[in-house]
Amino acid sequence: MVLALRTVDLVKVYHVRRGPGVEALQGVSVELESGRTLGIVGESGCGKSTLARLLVGLERPTSGSIELFGEAIAPGGHRELARSIQLVFQDPYSSLDPRLTVSTAIGEVLAVHGLAARGRQRESRVGDLLAMVALGRRFADCYPHELSGGQAQRVAIARALAVEPRALVLDEPTSALDVSVRAEVINLLVRLQDELSLSYVFISHDLATVRHLADTIDVMYLGLVVESGPYGEVLGAALHPYTRALAEAVPVPDPAREAKRRLRADGEAVPPPGTAIATSGCSYRPRCPLAEEVCRTARPELVEFGAGHLVACHKAKRDSSVPVAWGASDSRAALS
Amino acid sequence: MAEAMAGTVTKEAAETAAAPLLSLRDVHVGSHRRREVREIVRGVDLDVLPGEKVGVVGESGSGKTLTMLSVLRLLPRPLEVLEGQIRFEDRNLTDLGEREMESVRGAGVAMVYQDPMTSLNPLLRVRTQIVETLRGHGASKAAARERTREVLGQVGFVDPERVEAAFPHELSGGMVQRVMIAMAIATSPRLLVADEPTTALDVTIQQQILDLVDSLQSRTGMSVVWVSHDLGVIARLVDRVCVMYAGRVVENAPTLRLFVRPTHPYSQALLGSLPGPEVGHRAQLTQIGGSPPDPTLLPPGCPFRPRCPFAFERCAQEEPPLLERGDGSFAACWREPREWC
Repeated sequence: MVLALRTVDLVKVYHVRRGPGVEALQGVSVELESGRTLGIVGESGCGKSTLARLLVGLERPTSGSIELFGEAIAPGGHRELARSIQLVFQDPYSSLDPRLTVSTAIGEVLAVHGLAARGRQRESRVGDLLAMVALGRRFADCYPHELSGGQAQRVAIARALAVEPRALVLDEPTSALDVSVRAEVINLLVRLQDELSLSYVFISHDLATVRHLADTIDVMYLGLVVESGPYGEVLGAALHPYTRALAEAVPVPDPAREAKRRLRADGEAVPPPGTAIATSGCSYRPRCPLAEEVCRTARPELVEFGAGHLVACHKAKRDSSVPVAWGASDSRAALS
Repeated sequence: MAEAMAGTVTKEAAETAAAPLLSLRDVHVGSHRRREVREIVRGVDLDVLPGEKVGVVGESGSGKTLTMLSVLRLLPRPLEVLEGQIRFEDRNLTDLGEREMESVRGAGVAMVYQDPMTSLNPLLRVRTQIVETLRGHGASKAAARERTREVLGQVGFVDPERVEAAFPHELSGGMVQRVMIAMAIATSPRLLVADEPTTALDVTIQQQILDLVDSLQSRTGMSVVWVSHDLGVIARLVDRVCVMYAGRVVENAPTLRLFVRPTHPYSQALLGSLPGPEVGHRAQLTQIGGSPPDPTLLPPGCPFRPRCPFAFERCAQEEPPLLERGDGSFAACWREPREWC
């Protein structure tokens, strides 16, 4: 098994003028097998975007290490890092310069990295990259505002692929897109992964898309991984109360399932993020319906519950109940 | 439970009061400069019954927000209602003077916007902003203060005193959104219009807000129009769904019916394109070819035709009106009933 990516105990502290620093990552260790997809889910503020920025070298970790394809990233090894791992952002319009045409935007990347430097050569390389994301050559002379959301995101992906990276970090790449073009971008990501043997880190709050794309999933809460494992286990048979709460909170496009959930919600309301912050023990404790004395005193470590399925919870136990969101649909039966 | 989903609220409401609370007929919104008319909303029909929760779905540029802004007469210049009737209760809103319109906003129709941070004044405390709204509707200072605390409690704040003294930047996104809802319901509107109010929020907070609107609705009996592109949110909340495309309603159906047996090819394609537990891991999702149209540059005939797998000659010639499809469902499509599924 070749690892595309491995982080060990990554810590990132942002220093603020007054008071103690903000610990955005409190020791995150993740692994991604080459050619596979690692999904990262969690609420805003859980550190998932900080992790993305560290992975592509936009920021340095306070401590801990990152290995890409078996090699440790040396501090300052920026350019080589960029060659092997690239980041695609959520909003293509704000990640593309509005004053540059598609071919200039992609050509610039090629020039910076000393690839296909000459005019004719560069032009043909831009054409190839656009073809890879299923855009015709005629898009080369377009400005971002002339592109639809889906087209702009495909250009952003083409630009990321310009340096022939082996891995992509995709930070909410479909969230800003209209529903009708989301499927197209998701299909494109699957095809590119197969064709180019890419490894993906896919960050999203859209659990349905993460479930569709990811082979393994890490659930983050306040700078820590609280559950990790194969996608079917983590979303289909979640053991951490936080993962279960997330899965229960995602509305699914199925009225009968939603009605069932509404009935259940009376019994086990999912607590929203509060202002209370746990200073000791489990950081999810203030919101957790299962919290007990032990959760206040000891921070739970990640413990293996099945093949590759890790959970950081004192109260986790094997549970076969499937969250409503992933259960069987009975909308059809309800209508007839 | 199935019956509940099919919309008991709708049925009950229809029996007790057949007249819709809000009724839009052939509403056109656009701009005209000199002789050039640019239409973005091209003839929308929409009824909202008392106590009914209606979802409006569509992608960006489909005209869903502009349609709702036209109800409140809050269209940004140079856009205006070019044609059509907007009735709320027994009044035609397009005929009202600005003064009378002020009395409809708030007490009649209240709106919650997508981006809460830009709809609150950053320089004023939460209390000041809600009290101001209520004072504008004729409440005494004492009554306005009391009502402010009451509605902040209703939207689920355990410490209304702290929240009302806060400035917007001191609150989280979810809290600000709840303040916006509190402000909207403070005047006890008969219709609450929410324009994607949860899009920017985490799912856990979104769930809390959906539950909140649900319980407020059943307690007060107000009607709700929920504008969203998130089909999951729509499935959770509403009784009936209007699907908009290129400035028109292309399907209007009870929620369960729309999700189980959509009749318009666009609705079918939207629902078919979603990843979910029934779709295999990494399996190809059904794509809708092409891109959403520019409503000012539409092809002749049906605006969905260039992306439609079922298009035939008639679709290129004539734009279909909303046609009855049974079970209280309507779709703007020329296909015959046997060809739907």
